[in-house]
Amino acid sequence: MSGADKIAVTVTDIVPLNELVTRFEFRRTDGGLLPTFSGGAHTVVEMRDGDITRMNPYSLMSDPMDQTAYCISVRRDDEGRGGSLFMHNKVAVGDEMVISYPVNLFSLDLRAKKHLFLAGGIGITPFMAQIKQLERFNCRWELHYACRSKDLGSYADELSAHHPNETHIYYDDQKQAIDLVNLLDGQPLGTHVYVCGPKGMIDWVRNTAKAEGWPREAIHYEEFLAPKPGKPFEVKLAISNKVIQVGEQESLLEAMEREGVDAPYLCRGGACGQCETRVIDYAGNFIHRDHWLDDAEHASGEKIMPCVSRFEGKTLVLDR
Amino acid sequence: MSKFTFPKSITSRPVYGTLEPREGSAHLMIADAEGAEAILDVATPEMMAKAHIIYIPKGEDFEDRLRALKPASFYAGPSYAAAQPRLHKFLADAKMGLQVYLAGTEGLIGQAQSAAMAAGIPHTAIQTEHRGSVARRMQCVHCKGITEDVETDPFVCSHCGLNLFVRDHYSRRLAAYQAVCIDAEDPGNVPEPKGIYE
Repeated sequence: MSGADKIAVTVTDIVPLNELVTRFEFRRTDGGLLPTFSGGAHTVVEMRDGDITRMNPYSLMSDPMDQTAYCISVRRDDEGRGGSLFMHNKVAVGDEMVISYPVNLFSLDLRAKKHLFLAGGIGITPFMAQIKQLERFNCRWELHYACRSKDLGSYADELSAHHPNETHIYYDDQKQAIDLVNLLDGQPLGTHVYVCGPKGMIDWVRNTAKAEGWPREAIHYEEFLAPKPGKPFEVKLAISNKVIQVGEQESLLEAMEREGVDAPYLCRGGACGQCETRVIDYAGNFIHRDHWLDDAEHASGEKIMPCVSRFEGKTLVLDR
Repeated sequence: MSKFTFPKSITSRPVYGTLEPREGSAHLMIADAEGAEAILDVATPEMMAKAHIIYIPKGEDFEDRLRALKPASFYAGPSYAAAQPRLHKFLADAKMGLQVYLAGTEGLIGQAQSAAMAAGIPHTAIQTEHRGSVARRMQCVHCKGITEDVETDPFVCSHCGLNLFVRDHYSRRLAAYQAVCIDAEDPGNVPEPKGIYE
């Protein structure tokens, strides 16, 4: 079985936070304790929606030391492939679901003298758990959180109330924006910056910090990519000796799983590198969407990340 | 000649590069003896306006040439130990964006790197360039005492007096190579000391 080990859970609470975001609480169905995790970890939630099984990663946002329950916050994406809509519309309290053990691809560097968090929108979720972890160890941190409006600022009030000195909220609709260059300038030596949010924000923070002379190791980012729909295509799997069709609404990884091919994965969001697959032959164009392979590898036509990337063309043969 | 090509060794052994100018809010440059030449090579007027130099001459005569670069601050002191309080104060007050350049002997580079790492700079972000003496800072694995500027192999521990073999096994935390007793099984059977790279 690929991916992290699975846990059978029951949905024990559903709390709509605002128009777009709803929080879900899971407890073990067998009544036991969940594993502890580290701030920044995610779980892959299996969604059985009729014939389709979607597996989407969500950051755990509850206290990492709380073994009684896990919480995730799901932002509804009306344009997406349906995972968030399934969570919002079809999941009810009492439902049994399967989630994966926590996997952390966005962990804190605890050597840091100070942790500087930059969140955009739903990108606040990993920081919720990281803040709880750092508070327990009495570490130094500061949060700068940009959201569209007061109504859509999930957890902004809670964070401001509990941590008034550390929390800084910026509302787009009030023309408030993070003054990044000034914020980075003057941070004490040993500060690490963490950014989670839309791609544009991540690129902005990474590039600005780099230009200000911040070491690469002190810049951390997490960007979950949901697989995007695209034109259907056909793939030949050389080891499994199968020819499979990838539908418009499913990813290449999901199509392989549907056909019973045990393909490796971990994050399902183009970040971790687990699902890297060798291309044996192709005639057409790759639509690379991961941020695991570098530009040269993308151009080489030798590798593909089936969790988020697609293909358009006549022939694609994979070593799987 | 202040440059030396070290023979290939185990991965534990530090590898030094050539200093290059980097973008940053400030530049901290620490050198001893002929390490001054590496600073003179990399210095630009723009860099020097934000540069702070800590120099330990060890009998070399580069001080006037370094001062002539007009760095934002300049300090020359008799030893690394004497410069330490100043270095620690500087690092405690420093901000992100600081670039660190270390040049000279392995002992100086290692100790300054260890101080910069403790202040929160990843070791991969610290630039180093070896110049001058190839003497090593050695830790006796038996008594834990450190002997500075070891030029021969074997050598006598300046703390416990054991005859020690010079290894390439290095500790970034201690900023020292390991030295192990060479005549433990046959006391007194000690090879004639020779230069470390001879």
